[in-house]
Amino acid sequence: MLSDRRPILFANARIVDPSRNLDIVGDLLIADGVIREAKKGIGAAGVPEGTDVIDCRNKVIAPGLVDMRAFIGEPGAGHRETLASASQAAAAGGVTTIICPPDTSPVIDDPATVDFVLRRARDTAIVHVHPMAALTKGLHGKEMTEIGLLKAAGAVAFTDGEKSITNAQVMRRALTYARDFDALIVHQTEDPDLIGDGVMNEGEFAARLGLLGIPSAAETVMLERDIRMVALTGGRYHAASVTCAESLEVLRRAKEAGLNVTASASINHLSLNENDIGPYRTFLKVSPPLRSERDRTALVAAVGKGLIDVVMSDHNPQDVETKRLPFAEAAPGAIGLETMLTAGLRLVHNGEIELITLLRAMSTRPAELLGLPGGSLRSGAPADVIVIDMDVPWIVDPDELKSKCGNTPFDEARMTGRVVRTIVSGRTVYELV
Amino acid sequence: MTIAPKSSFVLNHRHLLGIEGLSAAEISGLLDLGEEFVVLNRQIEKKTTSLRGRTQINMFFEVSTRTQASFELAGKRLGADVMNMSASSSSMRKGETLIDTAITLNAMHPDILVVRHHASGAVELLASKLDCSVINAGDGAHEHPTQALLDALTIRRNKGRIDGLLVAICGDILHSRVARSNIILLNQMGARVRVVAPTTLLPPGIERMGVEVARDMREGLNGADIVMMLRLQRERMNGSFVPSVSEYFHYWGLDEKKLAYAKPDALVMHPGPMNRGVEIDSIVADGAQSLIREQVEMGVAIRMAVLEALARNLPNA
Repeated sequence: MLSDRRPILFANARIVDPSRNLDIVGDLLIADGVIREAKKGIGAAGVPEGTDVIDCRNKVIAPGLVDMRAFIGEPGAGHRETLASASQAAAAGGVTTIICPPDTSPVIDDPATVDFVLRRARDTAIVHVHPMAALTKGLHGKEMTEIGLLKAAGAVAFTDGEKSITNAQVMRRALTYARDFDALIVHQTEDPDLIGDGVMNEGEFAARLGLLGIPSAAETVMLERDIRMVALTGGRYHAASVTCAESLEVLRRAKEAGLNVTASASINHLSLNENDIGPYRTFLKVSPPLRSERDRTALVAAVGKGLIDVVMSDHNPQDVETKRLPFAEAAPGAIGLETMLTAGLRLVHNGEIELITLLRAMSTRPAELLGLPGGSLRSGAPADVIVIDMDVPWIVDPDELKSKCGNTPFDEARMTGRVVRTIVSGRTVYELV
Repeated sequence: MTIAPKSSFVLNHRHLLGIEGLSAAEISGLLDLGEEFVVLNRQIEKKTTSLRGRTQINMFFEVSTRTQASFELAGKRLGADVMNMSASSSSMRKGETLIDTAITLNAMHPDILVVRHHASGAVELLASKLDCSVINAGDGAHEHPTQALLDALTIRRNKGRIDGLLVAICGDILHSRVARSNIILLNQMGARVRVVAPTTLLPPGIERMGVEVARDMREGLNGADIVMMLRLQRERMNGSFVPSVSEYFHYWGLDEKKLAYAKPDALVMHPGPMNRGVEIDSIVADGAQSLIREQVEMGVAIRMAVLEALARNLPNA
């Protein structure tokens, strides 16, 4: 334990700090759980006695990732994922802060449950965990929760998880009330009636597979409505998972109008498309569904421009009982904590996005939106840091993943680059051996 | 022994439908007349004869205890014949329209009709079809003029003035006729008004009614001379406008801690009926700074003043 608390100097690293738009070669010193300095040439001379020096030549050092949506089965579905197993997976993927949604059992809709998750995480998890609380009681979409007391208990945002609130009046009042507490509302923008029995993106591919489609309009109709509600109320709003090109135009207009609107996209939607479903691969059944290649490239470009603020894993562990089924009957969801960064690096290597932009969307922006201290390498920031080897080749083997479930859409995928060390509050919680 | 009011104030309106439209002089006139009735009401002999021969009908389409009792006592003490009708026993229940009810009543030649109705504007609609004087005893979320007048009388008696005071009105402003009448009256009399509530309980555009708006009790009560609490109906705090009773009380309920943000000599008011432990803590409601019981006493006096001042303006008066 003692060695964990010793100062560490990461020497000769490529330091990428999106919070300061910094991309330089230099040294980073951490001590007492916080970042002391990140600059060119601190050198071995300028460090306290007993400092561990790690040579990071040809490696990137960056703020730990803040994953804005990763489902954890605690409480109620520990067989899918526990706070402990999720945090192990997170550490291996470079995620130092997990934001978990409230669609657990019981639902995280009262302060006592928030408190339970925080205490359980403190006792069993090796990375930071912050719960989002339900926006409506029981996720029923009817009555708002105790937003003030829940926020005071530690809920970082309010969402009905994968459910959309169809009643516009409920949405209006919730946005209005939440504004008084400066609480962020995160909303899944999918009209359940337009989804109907759909299981994948509507279009040629669904037609060929004989599967019912979900139109892009299911997303844009709800997003448009929400934007009008934000304009009416002045609330702080975050679209939980944007997937299609048409939504980007809606977002652009909202942002240009100065509304308090931000958005996430999942790494799945940035790196995969409907064609990857191939022969009914249920691990690629996610919600909202994977869209077309045109949508995917538009989303990546939107992250590049900052129109999409956040890239999250949308980690959703499902076991064989819920996945080894005909496509239409399988549960949606894919794990992603361990692969979100490496899947993102694919986009970097392909020249689709800058590294600093990707890291900003995976760390700095979510931390800012949620009011968390991470996502930065500034002096005084918590020492939540990752070391990335950009060039190491590897193959994703579900058996080696730390998540309790193996439903990765990157099963057997060839990757380039991964996290080699993850540090949370100054302590190394993961090291690639 | 009968003591006739000394002041000769006449309200030069046929009806009292709201505070809106009353001048500061008229409000002061009513308050002065109210003071005289406070004295009368504390005597053993409380009756006068100024409304002798007059018929007063109290028509309550919405349940009420204190307002109805208060108007009934006021009319009786002035010598009027007072009849009470409530919605549950009236032909409204049998499907009669408001206008037909008005026409029926009109045929009975009442002199003064006191009306409470759940719909904003209903009292005004009735008044337009009747020959008698109409007093609004509360219409929807619109106005409750006698409540604002009794509040003003209570404030004036305790603070010696209304002008220049800072009055914080807290709670369900959106659904409150008491808030609206008070905002208009207090502005007319030169007070500073601040409304304090979660945004879900504030009507959009309220700041255009001449009030400051605060969402936080600490900020809202800061420097207040008067803290006026409003009732929050239970069906509005189950997640529709406010998440729960406990959250509402935690952030907007008046307890000693929050009251400490107001001036040390601030006084607490509530139009009743109170939800103890929801919008107001019992310690505050029953405490030394509370005027809540005095408000009820002023209610009878001010309603006598309104009846008297209107009756003086009736034909053949």
